[in-house]
Amino acid sequence: MPPILEVRNLAVRFPSAEPVKGVSFSVDPGEMLAIVGESGSGKSLTALSLMGLLPRQARPAGAILLGGRDLLGLSERELRRIRGRDIAMIFQEPMTSLNPVLTIGAQIVEVLRIHEDLSARQARTRAIELLDLVSIPEPGQRIDEYPHQLSGGMRQRVMIAIAVACNPKLLIADEATTALDVTIQAQVLQLLDNLRAKLNMAVVLITHDLGIVAQWADRVVVMYAGRKVEEGLPGPVFDHPYHPYTQGLLSASPRLKANYHYRDGPLSEIPGSIVSAAQEKGCSFRPRCPVARPACAKTVPELSSISHGREVACPYVPVAKETFHVAPVGR
Amino acid sequence: MSLLSVDSLSTHYPASGGTVRAVDGVSLEIARGETVALVGESGCGKSTLGKSLMRLVNPSSGRVSFSGSDVTAMSNRQLQTIRRSVQMIFQDPFASLNPRHTIRTILTAPLAVHAIGERRQREAIAARMIDYVGLPADALDRYPHEFSGGQRQRIGIARALILQPELVICDEPVSALDLSIQAQILNLLVEMKTALSLSYLFISHDLSVVRYFADRVLVMYLGRIVESAPTSDLWSGAKHPYTQALLAAVPDPARRKQAAPITGDLPSPLNPPAGCRFHTRCPLATDICRSEDPALRQFGGGHAAACHHAQ
Repeated sequence: MPPILEVRNLAVRFPSAEPVKGVSFSVDPGEMLAIVGESGSGKSLTALSLMGLLPRQARPAGAILLGGRDLLGLSERELRRIRGRDIAMIFQEPMTSLNPVLTIGAQIVEVLRIHEDLSARQARTRAIELLDLVSIPEPGQRIDEYPHQLSGGMRQRVMIAIAVACNPKLLIADEATTALDVTIQAQVLQLLDNLRAKLNMAVVLITHDLGIVAQWADRVVVMYAGRKVEEGLPGPVFDHPYHPYTQGLLSASPRLKANYHYRDGPLSEIPGSIVSAAQEKGCSFRPRCPVARPACAKTVPELSSISHGREVACPYVPVAKETFHVAPVGR
Repeated sequence: MSLLSVDSLSTHYPASGGTVRAVDGVSLEIARGETVALVGESGCGKSTLGKSLMRLVNPSSGRVSFSGSDVTAMSNRQLQTIRRSVQMIFQDPFASLNPRHTIRTILTAPLAVHAIGERRQREAIAARMIDYVGLPADALDRYPHEFSGGQRQRIGIARALILQPELVICDEPVSALDLSIQAQILNLLVEMKTALSLSYLFISHDLSVVRYFADRVLVMYLGRIVESAPTSDLWSGAKHPYTQALLAAVPDPARRKQAAPITGDLPSPLNPPAGCRFHTRCPLATDICRSEDPALRQFGGGHAAACHHAQ
């Protein structure tokens, strides 16, 4: 099956900087792809590019093919027809995305009536079904409530209901569970995964949380300072990370080192910060990299394919032939 | 003797429609050199508890003693001497650093407030401190906005430690930081603890960080401590169903695409449920849970839980 979304060599340029420097990836129908990275990695700008929601000064380049059509070539008018219908997005803080003076019902109905030919009554019935779909209790009553009457978790469910109202083929979730408490976060992730399966909807999960990626993603793209540095299935990437940045992230994570206590010794660190990438002509990770050599300062390392679906942008990692057996995880 | 001892502490806020029982009868002890973590979801009262200990908000009832002296009964003047020994580190160091002051001014201010040394000496102490937390000496002449999040947290730590406190209350100190920076700050906190024989009260919602960082964990739900245990015991045998649910909600690659979340939201602390406060979300709830509020019961080995059904 052809991918639903194909991003080719996407760059985002601002007058004084280029925070996304040529990123390519694709998403299959019904797949959950995670893009991980820390602040400054370019993951959120990548997500905004997909929606055509970049700030005005930003100039995107490359291609974003949704079902074969390049979104970067579309007019604002054409984009508006696609947003909400074919691609939808949810954000970290639902309270700032919801209109505080409209009932949640009115906000769901609005999306439905923009994209679908429904009467007011039909749209309301559908809105109640959608609230039920995202497991909001008593949807018939909740529909007339205002955002402030709902908890953070419930608000994010409403955002998801709005996002999936028109059965989009692709949902982008940008740190959508980051602000939620851990028990609520688990509920919302489970909901997203159920909807993914039920509606055959692809999900791009933008996150900094490696635990979430390991538990929920079908495939993972690791970004650093505007570039993709590694890609693969979560199992292999987490068990045998190749890029020194991915390796550093994983060993710095207390989450993935269960039973490790401060009395056992310090956590391993990645020295320095991502700020050091700004002036770098060669590999952006070089100033922080434990295995950097002089050549790393000269050219940007190319992504190379290691095995099927596995890529890494570092020529110096000892890549053994994949002797370990990895069962494909996910669907 | 414990360094900090809290007995039946309550902090209630008046609110429209009633009283918010943010902290409702909490008792705890922190020994010298110990790191105690306080975990729970937003609204459980953990930050209010942290602030109540040094009377940044005034508790409604109960008693806090620090090194044997009763903090709750102190005058403002006496409080100042205690506050020198108990410092706080916050989640967002930027919000707690004055943007118009240089780092030198920020670091020497606490020394000046407590009339320590003269200007020269204070600046020398600040220079030592900034080096101690891993920042270059020229940082002293710069302003907070010139630093990254991780560096600002180092400044926050330097300011908290410059008075040589005995107890540091850390309120979500690494939650706003990127993973690669989080490890740097956690390592720095451990290093400082050993070098300066500090005790920490570590307030956090991130259980994986707590697993690494704490000696003992207190789990809070709606203003109450529902479980208290040495860190490894909590992970190997949590007794309270809420603790079990919290641990199960931590993302885990071993549970591919299968969350085991508890249902429902945190009830409002304005009208906490009668009986056990967790009964509205608890899979084990029975009649007794709806009517009787369970007290913390000891299970040996420093493990206690407030649940009628815990064994």
